Formats: sequence, C-alpha cells, structure tokens
Amino acid sequence: MTTLQDAPQQVAGVPRHRLEGGAKVSGAARYAAEYPLDGLVHAWPVLADIASGRITAVDEAAVTGMAGVLGVLWHGNAPRLQEPDTQMLNQLQDDVVHFRGEVVALVVATTPEQAREAAARLPVTFVARDHAVELREDDPDAYVPEEVNAGFPSVSEIGDPDGAFAASPVRFEATYATPGLHNNPMEMHATTAAYVDGLLTVYDSNQGGSGVQRSLAAALGLPPEHVRVVTEHIGGGFGSKGTARPNVVLAAMATMTHGVPVRLVLTRQHEFALVGYRTPTISTFRLGADRDGRLRSITHEVTVQTSRHEEFVEQAAVPTRHMYAAPDRRTRHHAVPLDVPIPSWMRAPGECPGMYALESAMDELAAELSLDPIELRIRNEPEVDPEEGTPFSSRHLVDCLRRGAELFGWDERAPRPRAMLDGRELVGLGVASSIYPAMVMPASASATATPDGRFRIAINATDIGTGGRTALAVLAAEVLGVGVDAVDLHIGHSDLPEAGVAGGSSGTSSWGWAVHKACRSLLDEIAGRGGRVDAPITVDASTADDIQARPELARFAFGAQFVEARVDVDTGEIRVPRILGVFAAGRIVNPITARSQFLGGMTMGLGMALMEHGEMDPAFGDYANHDLASYHVPVCADVRDMQAHWLDERDDDLNPMGTKGIGEIGIVGTAAAVTNAVFHATGIRVRSLPVLPEDMLLGTAR
Amino acid sequence: MAAGRSQAYVRGVTPTHSPATAADPGRSPTAPSGASSDTSGRSDAATAAVTRSAYRLRINGTEHELDLDNRASLLDVLRDRLDLTGSKKGCDHGQCGACTVLLDGRRANSCLVLAVAAQGREITTVEGLAGADGELHPVQQAFLDHDAYQCGYCTPGQICSAVAVLDEVANGWPSAVTRDPDAVELDRAEVRERMAGNICRCGAYANIVPAVLEAQRLTAGAAGGDGAVTR
Amino acid sequence: MREFAYGSAESVEQAVAMLDGDPDAMFLGGGTNLVDLMRLGVATPGRLVDISRLPATVEQNEDGALRIGAAVRNSDLAADPRVRRGYPVLSEALLAGASGQLRNLATSGGNLLQRTRCLYFQDVTKPCNKREPGSGCPAREGLHRDLAVLGHSEACIATHPSDMAVALTALDAHVVVTGPAGPGRIPMDEFHRLPGDDPTRDTVLRHGDLITAIELPAPSELSRNSGYRKARDRASFAFAIGSVATAITVVDGTVTDVRVVLGAVAHKPWRARVAEQAIIGGPASAHAFEAALDLELSAAQPFPDNAFKVPLVRNLAVGQLCRLAGVEMSVGSVGAGTDGAGR
Repeated sequence: MTTLQDAPQQVAGVPRHRLEGGAKVSGAARYAAEYPLDGLVHAWPVLADIASGRITAVDEAAVTGMAGVLGVLWHGNAPRLQEPDTQMLNQLQDDVVHFRGEVVALVVATTPEQAREAAARLPVTFVARDHAVELREDDPDAYVPEEVNAGFPSVSEIGDPDGAFAASPVRFEATYATPGLHNNPMEMHATTAAYVDGLLTVYDSNQGGSGVQRSLAAALGLPPEHVRVVTEHIGGGFGSKGTARPNVVLAAMATMTHGVPVRLVLTRQHEFALVGYRTPTISTFRLGADRDGRLRSITHEVTVQTSRHEEFVEQAAVPTRHMYAAPDRRTRHHAVPLDVPIPSWMRAPGECPGMYALESAMDELAAELSLDPIELRIRNEPEVDPEEGTPFSSRHLVDCLRRGAELFGWDERAPRPRAMLDGRELVGLGVASSIYPAMVMPASASATATPDGRFRIAINATDIGTGGRTALAVLAAEVLGVGVDAVDLHIGHSDLPEAGVAGGSSGTSSWGWAVHKACRSLLDEIAGRGGRVDAPITVDASTADDIQARPELARFAFGAQFVEARVDVDTGEIRVPRILGVFAAGRIVNPITARSQFLGGMTMGLGMALMEHGEMDPAFGDYANHDLASYHVPVCADVRDMQAHWLDERDDDLNPMGTKGIGEIGIVGTAAAVTNAVFHATGIRVRSLPVLPEDMLLGTAR
Repeated sequence: MAAGRSQAYVRGVTPTHSPATAADPGRSPTAPSGASSDTSGRSDAATAAVTRSAYRLRINGTEHELDLDNRASLLDVLRDRLDLTGSKKGCDHGQCGACTVLLDGRRANSCLVLAVAAQGREITTVEGLAGADGELHPVQQAFLDHDAYQCGYCTPGQICSAVAVLDEVANGWPSAVTRDPDAVELDRAEVRERMAGNICRCGAYANIVPAVLEAQRLTAGAAGGDGAVTR
Repeated sequence: MREFAYGSAESVEQAVAMLDGDPDAMFLGGGTNLVDLMRLGVATPGRLVDISRLPATVEQNEDGALRIGAAVRNSDLAADPRVRRGYPVLSEALLAGASGQLRNLATSGGNLLQRTRCLYFQDVTKPCNKREPGSGCPAREGLHRDLAVLGHSEACIATHPSDMAVALTALDAHVVVTGPAGPGRIPMDEFHRLPGDDPTRDTVLRHGDLITAIELPAPSELSRNSGYRKARDRASFAFAIGSVATAITVVDGTVTDVRVVLGAVAHKPWRARVAEQAIIGGPASAHAFEAALDLELSAAQPFPDNAFKVPLVRNLAVGQLCRLAGVEMSVGSVGAGTDGAGR
C-alpha cells in the first residue's frame, strides 16, 4: 500500500488562485437567489411582534386581494411537516410564538415588492405572555445539561480544584462576558425552490447540501432522492448556514403549495432572529498558581443562553480542558433557557468566547505575577492532553508564541501597562493563544479517468469562500500526479457523492481525505489495467472506516495572535494598527487561500473585540440593532497591518494529507489579544466585550 | 410588564409603551385598526394614482425597455428582471456596498436608487467592466491576483467601488484621511478609507488594499498616466 | 413599501406645485434616507416628486458668499476647492459621513432632512413618539447609547445624525427654502428643532416647503480656521457617537471669535453658546476651553448608557480648539475615570 510519503508532492503547497475566481470577479458566479426560473414568484415571511405567546388570528383575507398576492401560508393552512430534526425547520405548524421574530406567516406574490408590502400589512393578532430574554448568571432556571454542542460532556472534573485553589499561594478570580454575536454572512439566507414532477430542487445558501437534503426530505416526508440541493456558490456562512434554516423549508412549502417556482430571500433584519447567532457567555475563572506561575488549579464555569424552543448549549468551556497543565481542574456549562431566537454555530463555537475568557485570565494572572504573558503560557505547557492524558498528535503552541514574538517585536513591549504614549495615543501590545480541534468527518467521493487524460472528481462539498474547491483540486492533482488543469472538480450538488458540512474547519481534511482515497484507488485501478484508460474508469471511496480506525490522540491546531492597540486619550476610540498571527495547523495545502482564511478569522476577531454586539432589547425581546448600520462589523479602514504566518508543521497522525483545518483558528485568540493590548495601553481592564470608547472614558487605570 | 398577565398585540398597530402601567389583561384582541383604516385607506387612494412607469434604462451600453412598479429598486431590476445578478444584495439599506454600481461613472448604492429615477443615467455594473474580448478590467485582475475575496459575494461591489475610487483620486477628490487636499495620492491609508463603504465579512480587506493599489499601477500604465481609468 | 406615484420635476416651481395640496407626497432627492425609510415602512408617501435633477451648482457671489444648490451631491461639495479652502470644517464633516458611494447619491438639502437613527424610530413594530405620536418612548429605559444628552424631552431623546449640519451651524449658514407660503431664509441654528412635545417635526419646514439652497457667508479668518472631528465605533462608515465642529480666531493670545457646535448629542446640532461666550475675550488655553465646555455641559442630562458622551464631546471640542488655536493640550482623560474596571 502506498503511503503519503510516496505521493508526488509537486503540486500541493504551491500557491494556486481560486478556480472560480474569474466567475466571482466578473459577476458570473450564481448564488442561491440568482437562478432565473420561468414563472418565478416571491415569498416574504411575516415575523412575530411578541417574544412569547400565541397567535390568535391571521387575517389572510385582508391581503389576498392585494395586487399580485397568490396566497398566505400560516399554521392554519400550511402543509403539515414531519417532526423535523431541528426546530429551525418546524415552520408554520402551530400557534405558539417562541421568540420575537419567529415566522408566523409567509406571503407569496408575483413580485418581491408586492410580497413585501402584503407581508407588512398582514394583520396577525397575538396574545402575549411575559418573556425572559436577558442572560444572567444567577437565573433560577439555569441548569447543567447532560452534554453541550458537538456532544461534549457538560462537566469535567479532575482532582480537587476547589481545595487546590484555596491552597494556592496566588489566587486569581474574574468573570468575563461576551455578547450575542451575529454571523452576518454577506449573502443573506436565500432559497430558490421548484417542485416539478415530484422532484423538489432547491438552490439554497447553505454550508452542506447533503445535510440539508436529508433534513428537508425528512421534514417534508419525501424520499431524499426526491430532493435536490444545489450549492454552487455560497456567500459566506460562518456557521449560520451549517444546517437547514427556515428559508429552505418555507420556500419548499410555498412552491409545493402554489406549483410555481418560489424565491425567498431573508432580509438583513430577518437574519438577526431566524438563522442562529452566538449566544452571550458569562465565564468565571479561578486560577490557583505557584509564585512562579505554575498553575495548580483551573476552574471555568460558563453560563450561556439557549432558546426555550430548542436547546443549543455552546461548548465555551471545552477549550480550557486542553490548553494548560494543572493537576486539579473543573469545567462546567450552565444553560439558561430564554424566550430568545435559537442560538447556533458561529465561527469557532466554544473556542471563540471560551478562549477570550481564558486568555484574558492568563493575561491578568501574568500581570499579577509581573511575569511576561508569553512566559506564563510556556510554564504551563502540558506534556499530554491535560484532561484526557492522551498524547497530542502535534502541539506547537510554544513555537507559535516564540516565532510570533520574534516577528512582532515583542521585546519592545514595556513590562508595565500604560507606559507607552505616542502623541495623543496610548499604545499597548497584547498576545493570546489559540486552539481549535483538528476534526474530520466521513465523506465520499468519486474519481473518473477519461481517455483524453483528464480526471473528473465529484463530491458534494461546499465552498463557502474557504477555497475548499481549489484545495480539493490541488489535492487530487497531487495524488494523480497531474497538473491542476487536468482535473475537473464537481462540488455543490446533492446528486454528487455525499459529504459533510463546510464547518468545524474540517472541510479540506474530510473531503480531501475522500478525494485522496478515490484518486489513490483510481490509480490502482488504472495500474491494474496496465496503465491504460481506454474507456472512462470511475471509482468511489468513503472514509467512514478509515476515520474509525485512527488511534486515540489529541488532535488540535494551535496559534498565537499578537496585537498593537492604540487608544485615543481624548475620545477613548481604539484602533488596531497591527495584528500578527502565527499558526501551527498542519500542512497548508494552498498558501494563497489559507492565508486569506487566517486573515479573515483575525478580522472577525477584531470585530468581536471592539464593535460587534447584538443588543438584546429587554422590553421587546429582540436583537434590536438588526442591521449593518447599527451592528458594526469591521470595515476596510479598521484593518491596517495584518499578517498571517504559519509553521511548517508535519503531522502524520491526522489524515493522509496531514491537514488540520484553518477556517476558525484565526478568530479564536484574536479578541483576547486585542483586549490584552488595550489593557497594556491604558491600564484599564474591561471584562466585557466589546470594549468601547465609554469603557476607556469612564474606566480607571490600575 | 406585570407578572402573569397576558397582553394582546396586533401587527400593524404600533403598541404603546407605558412602562408604569400594566396592560389591561381583560382586553380582548381588537380589530387591526391600523391595517383597516389608516394604511389601507391610503392604499386605495394610491392605487387610483399611477404607481408604475414605462421607461428605458441604459445598462452596460444596452438600452432596456421596462414597465414596472415604481417601488422597484435599481438593484432588484438588475437582479430579478434583467438577470444581471453580478450586483449583490447584502443589506438593502445602503449599509454594506455589495450593490455598488456606477451611475454616470460614479459609484452608487443601487439598492437605494429607485429604478424609475435612474432613467437617462449611464449605468455600469460589474458585468460591464471587462473588455469586449472578455479581458478583465485591471481592478478585476488585481482582485484575482491578490486573492482579494473569499466567498465572492461582496466582490462585484468592491470592484465597482474600486474602479470609481481610481477615478476619484485621478480627479483630485480628497478623503477623510487626505493630508494635503491639493495633492491627492492613493496610498494604503487612502484605500482603506475610500473602500470603507464596502463590507467584506470574510475579511479580505488585507488583500483588497494591495489589490486596489496594484490596479492603480496597472491602469496608470495602461492609460499612459493621464488618470483615465474607466473603460 | 407602499405603492406610490412618481414624477420628476424640471424646475423648482414645478416641484413645489407638484407637492402642493397633496399631503401624501414627498420630495425625493438622493434617496439615501427616504428610500431606506420607505423600505422599513417608516415613510409611506403616496407620491414622490423627484427633485434630484434640479440644477446642482455651487456659486460664489461677488462678495464671496457661497450658494450651494440643494441638489449638489455631498461628494461634489466636499471636493469643491472653494469649500475646502474657505470652509474646511464643511469639507471635513462631509467626508467624515457615510461612504463614498452614499456621498455620491446624497444631496445637500437631503442631508439636512435625514431622520434620526434611533432604533425605535426605525422599527415600526415598536412604539416611538416621533413616528407615532403618543405611542411612547421606549428608548429612555431601553437602548439609548447613541441618543441625546442635551435638549431632549419627555417625549423624545433622539439625535440628529447629520455631520454636515453640525458644520453648517458652525459656519452661520442659512437654509433657503421656497414653498406654498413663498420663499424664506432660515438660519441653520433655527432650522432644526428640539423635540419638545412634538418630536414628529425635525425641522421648522412645513409640508410642501422645498430647500433650494444653502448659503454660506463669505469666507473669513474664522471660517478658514475651522475643523470637524468625529468619534465613532469603527474607523470609518459609522454614525458619530459624538462630534464637534469648531472655528476660532485668536489675536495675540486672546480669542476674538469662536464657534463650537456639538453633534450626536441632541435633536439638532448643538450650538454651544454658553461655551462660546465663556471663551470669547479670554485666553486661548486648554484650561479656558475646558472650563467653558464644562460650563456648557453642566446642562447635560445623560441616560445610564450614554453618559460617556459628556466627556467625549468635551474632549473632542477642547482638543479641536487647542489644535486650531495652536496651543498645548492638556493630559487626556482616558483612565482617569470613575467606575473602577469599566463595565
């Protein structure tokens, strides 16, 4: 059997521009709402104005006479759904309102203008109940769930963390809060749906067409082969398109009801209620340490919100289980069910808010010990996974910290905070570590050789902007020993071999493994035929068994972000002239798109640190700043000198390609690196994100 | 809101806000007065008036005859009626720039332009930037070369915006970060500020800035340095 | 969006005639705020009269006064060399606002008529006295970080979002209007209103009034030594959380004339007359400016989440005055605060 080491290496690692680049820069790439179908009509959702209660009347007659209106779907007339695998798909089935912004009706009309206006005018009467929408650590309804997102146990405990903390010479305790954060991919969730001769076709904006196909078919009671999902180009997702969202089932119901193709595009405002978001988190850390900084005890208690409609508990304390050595330790998740929109995945769920808190606490502990924050982390570097006791397949966190320090000029940093003033700006440098699991999910692929010397690779992968399409072509070419131009890659269609979601930074590893295996088998098949391809030869491959067969190891990518922050002494405005990240993420398949992924993650982390903030309106129960003018994300002017570097990491215990995944680790440590830099600049420690000018203007330096 | 009480709400009728007073729990759901009197009454008056128009739009050098609802935005007409889907909708309120097109050579948010009000303008979309032979515009080429995009959804708006930025600089328009308004030159800080109206959630900014600078270099060379950048 | 009729006006007279007598009609300029509000259901005109094609010129009289046509686009006005040199505060304010593509659409007249960005005003499913008189103001106890600290009323705590209007107030501009009642010329400081018990009206205009021009007095030593500074939550493309337009003349160390106008703190650009009075005739020094601003801002009545605006606009104004007067600034206030560890 051939091993990876024998494979030709001349293609991978060589920069390769995106295969679909020409289509994207010329406007030719079509996204979900851009398929022109004959007779297409438009659907517009009507949202609940209350946070909790019941619908008592929907007066469809008030709008059905309006020009262009074809009908109104609501719980009194909507097609009955099977019990869906997520409440996100449980649309228009009953009169209960679970949160403000839930869909209560769907207007279908000839033009989008008519549909929108009819939706605005549809009289719906509610009876409201009291609602609870604000996350509090001391909420009496808080509970410790059995497990949290991604199937992790909610609680882990080793030794006697409380006793060890009490006995520690240095004790540090603090609470950190992150707000609700909204994915806001630039392309809103959208579906163009057509139901013809028993075949439902949805052009849908999602991160994984195979999963959407399964969920949608189950909800509609159709055999999966009667549902076709097309995901050729996706305008970002960041987790919010990881599974089927309301748009796809609503569009399907509308087209099946009216017998004409239907398009449904959520508005930016709708996105804030309907497609998931990152829960607010409240993390309380207790760190017990020796005077030299070695940790004796770590406890991380985190409280997150979930929707009463559907449980989703973000695994925010999970990264703490794998980061630093300490003999006694506990992590525990507390969930508070509220009358709020259903939270879901957002880039690096768990790691992102959890590591903001952990890396802030470590920075504070370093300051208390008058120890360099990098040195503190090095002193607590574990030999093996601190909780599982398993070896790491590879762990180069310390190398990332050291390399970053060198590239960034960390030695210029004044040891004490509030020591660097440049004109009217206080200047500070900060650092934080990053971790993200190197996951892999089962996938299948097919590879075909044709007599003209070309190769067709087929897999239902989804490129949401990660460069996954290009990476797969590069990997296929590598195995086949041909140029990328000889490979025709087919992705984004549910008729293709089934593959998992573009999520968990696992796309290239999961899909790539299947492609790798299919290409290997194809070569074997060709070799078995004497190296001749007289007629097309196709082989199929699946990786489910290969993944099962892997040994128990702790597999993670690591990284470190370095930040320079400047705080205007008059306005408290915080700007970030420099961000530098160094990552150890296995083999980098395509340096061009990998670099973009790291930069993008750090850019989103910058937004998390300084501006992003879903503002829950307690009186009404909605995220009230539901547009891009009031929910601020970084603009071009916010990103100045930003660099991504990576170590040449070789890890043979991952998958045949040696890849770890790069989509999420960029964001993980960035927010803490920024806020640690802000503390270093000003001496003001803010333990609640985002850090805003008012925190600087009203805060007191320490 | 007082504990244990229920309150009736009707969509289309603005609820009143009186924090000190609890709503009458016994109040039965009322008729949707807002929908039946005020707004729909005005609607009847409006439908009596002509609420659609026949007009022509000149887009990428081609005239299009249209007869449409006055409410249609230029963006929706491009995308839904003319299948020019390169222009994107990211917010529909002028808050993201994904819909940026050129109106008479100037960049504009097409989501905020009523199509009926765009008559007589020369409209250029991303589909109209490449040469007749399909050769990419220097800005498009620079975006490719610098990987100045990821998901590609904001990209057409970024590119149209950048094309206009090069013109604006050539015309000596200052920006908020211009130090000497009498000698406007494009540098990294200028690009960052001038491109701030185009949000990229993938976070390609660090690549967009060098792409725009590179495009300026390419166009300056191609145009013999006379500052004419729009094809 | 409600259905509407559309017409385009060829002349000012025609525009006024088209709107006169139709209470349901509105003028359409660049559309950057009106179309936005129509899509939200906040504005529901039954007829639009497009005035964006009316003549758009900037003309300088013999005495040097500048007449800015109402349809002049924000980008053209900001780039106009007469504006940049004679009234830098105006050019800077325009360039600090919105984005390049929005400034290409937005007109001078329309900029003045922007509505507040208060979240409640923009959401028709919630109460708002400005949008729906008598429905209440949830912002006082709700989300009000961006809202007023000065001049607000029980009925309304909205702020006016324009940067340009703040600069124009500092320049003693006049708004030239015409309408059913004939022509008028309104000083900028009287153009926008405080909310009082009728927050539905942002300005003194009546239905059918059309802004035709904005007039600036001839450039002066004061107007040339002017500037605009804006604080915001990101580096660009965001509304102000506080801003200031200032102009100052200093002779032999003594301030002979000054303008201080604060933005994003009230229902209108806030002309800091108390501060101006305290500064004029006194020494040009950071200390004097600070004392004057403190006096002005002693009238502030902030809410829990926008109290930071008081030190913010104070520091903005003091810093800007020091810079324009060429005097040394005092130590900044970050870190000297009040609440221990931030929020």
